Amino acid sequence: MSHPKLKWSQYAILALVGVCAPLGDSFLARGMKQLPSISLDHPLALIAAVFHPWTAAGILMLICFFACYLTALSWADLTYVLPTTAFGYVIIALLGKFWLNEQISPYRWAGIILITIGVGFVSQGPSLTKKEAPENVEVQS
Amino acid sequence: MMPALGTGGVNPWLAAAMIAGVAITSTIGEVCTAAAMKSIGDLDEIRARSGLKGAIVAVLTCPMFFIGVGFLALAFFALLLALNHLSLSLAGPASASLTLVTNAIAAKIFLKENVDRRRWTAAILVCFGVYLLAH
Repeated sequence: MSHPKLKWSQYAILALVGVCAPLGDSFLARGMKQLPSISLDHPLALIAAVFHPWTAAGILMLICFFACYLTALSWADLTYVLPTTAFGYVIIALLGKFWLNEQISPYRWAGIILITIGVGFVSQGPSLTKKEAPENVEVQS
Repeated sequence: MMPALGTGGVNPWLAAAMIAGVAITSTIGEVCTAAAMKSIGDLDEIRARSGLKGAIVAVLTCPMFFIGVGFLALAFFALLLALNHLSLSLAGPASASLTLVTNAIAAKIFLKENVDRRRWTAAILVCFGVYLLAH
């Protein structure tokens, strides 16, 4: 089945989706760990948590992720975009290995290999399911 | 008795409920957002035709987008809550890998995407890969 290949700019958007999400999660985790335990009895404490510097940095990264993610979803299927986002975990693990000299266990190497194969697998297929009549919104500038 | 690994002493059922809460709200949000973006059309083309402002207006005038964002916001706060009680190495990969599978099912049912053998295999490989990365 023939299908349009993605442009380099579209691959760059997918790469940004993959990198920004795990970085944002890591920043969020660091911020939340520095805060006292939040109980379900005081849900408003979660709102206050977003003003912590690390949490705020995490939110900024996640905003970048979301803008790229929306763009990707406008020209590719959800089931095409989502596996590629997981490739960010591989990038984070490899950064840890080669930049921070962290040890990567055999389990992690197995995980990296599985994700790489999975992403390579899905990227070889069509990025978008063909529909009978695609709906477009006319935009007035 | 030793506490369950990565749950930080939290009841394993409560930990599972937190992770499931993230996965369910995230799946609803992502399916609604994907449906909204498909109804809007290619953002790159809209931006080329009407500029960045036109692309932003196209997104912000789609009601389904706000339903999706609402659920994604719920998923975000559910993740914050989970990260506050569980380790990142458990909450992150567990919710991400579970969300991959629930999204593939939801995309096939609600978005009528062609989730063929290739995509199922990719989703399952990535799901196991994300799980293994936590070890």
